[in-house]
Amino acid sequence: MGDNSLVLGHRVSEWCGVAPVLEEDIALANTALDLIGQTQLWLGLAAECEDKGRDADALAFRRDVWDFRNLLLVEQPNRDFGHTMMRQFLFDAWHSMVLAALKSSDNSEISAIAEKSLKEVTYHLERSSDTVIALGDGTEESHMRMQAGLDRLWPYVGEMFLTDEHDLINVASLRPAFDELTNDVLSTATLSIPTDNFTHKGGKTGARHTEHLGHMIATMQFLPRAYPDAKW
Amino acid sequence: MVMTKPSIDQVWKWLDAVPDPEIPVISLVDLGIIRGVAWLNDMLEVTVTPTYSGCPATRIINLDIETALNDHGIKKVTLKRQLSPAWTTDWLSEKGKAKLEDYGIAPPQTAGGPAQCPRCKSVQVEKISQFGSTPCKAQWRCTDCLEPFDYFKCI
Repeated sequence: MGDNSLVLGHRVSEWCGVAPVLEEDIALANTALDLIGQTQLWLGLAAECEDKGRDADALAFRRDVWDFRNLLLVEQPNRDFGHTMMRQFLFDAWHSMVLAALKSSDNSEISAIAEKSLKEVTYHLERSSDTVIALGDGTEESHMRMQAGLDRLWPYVGEMFLTDEHDLINVASLRPAFDELTNDVLSTATLSIPTDNFTHKGGKTGARHTEHLGHMIATMQFLPRAYPDAKW
Repeated sequence: MVMTKPSIDQVWKWLDAVPDPEIPVISLVDLGIIRGVAWLNDMLEVTVTPTYSGCPATRIINLDIETALNDHGIKKVTLKRQLSPAWTTDWLSEKGKAKLEDYGIAPPQTAGGPAQCPRCKSVQVEKISQFGSTPCKAQWRCTDCLEPFDYFKCI
């Protein structure tokens, strides 16, 4: 959970200062901020459980690509604004369902982080759904770009629902609710869900990230690696 | 030196005088983020919950609490972060909501949007963006006086 919110949080923050309009710039920066805040909570808890003297910063900035356990979807580059919002919608839909399930965890720290994050993510999902609908059912150009984004990203959806022995919840069981929500929003957006259900995998296990993650963390980790323990 | 411990009520009053760093017209108590104050022997424990998990003001808020209590003679202060129950705008005080409106920020409404323009009081308002200048606000606009304004999001 911490790696997903960290990688997507960093990706979304890449829009800061260059979004199409000021309101979208602010919205994207705020979304990134929420995700990075959630990262501090998740990775802080992970570091505490690991008990090897590392903290959230050490986990974020001192691990290499193969140690990241994020979904392939979130490491995909931003490309255009439509593509970014499609990635956000697919992630928000999954994220909200996973957090709702983790909220019932027996571990009080996990349930508290999930409860806190879910409030923020519900808001993210509301915005990304509205934007996907507005652009999908928008102009010919915006429709074309949203469909292209969906076609490109759909092969990364399946990985979100692969359950492995490290999962605290059965993520596969969330798929029907995800399909119902995405069908609803994407059909309102006049977009067609690809029929091919081929799935890329390897991000969550760390076995095979896409080439994009290494480039992203090279930028993200540059400062703490070049200037260890820098403070400001 | 033996110091008489200030009463818990007194501490709440002092905390009610500490302004929110981003919206200085309301206090941290008005914002509803101070969840508890208790003496643990000679140490004062203040329980604080964050508004949004990534809100950059959180660090400043913690510093401001410590500084204010130190200035009132309480030297040993410990801050406890509490995530659950998650902060909700239902915890904003009525006094705080009135102050927000006077300051030009529409207070949260359960209906999900501002009740009226905080400047001209017209109910003809429309949303510009779901996000605003801080994580807790959205941008709205009055279609009568045409002024854009901040709305304190209801969560």
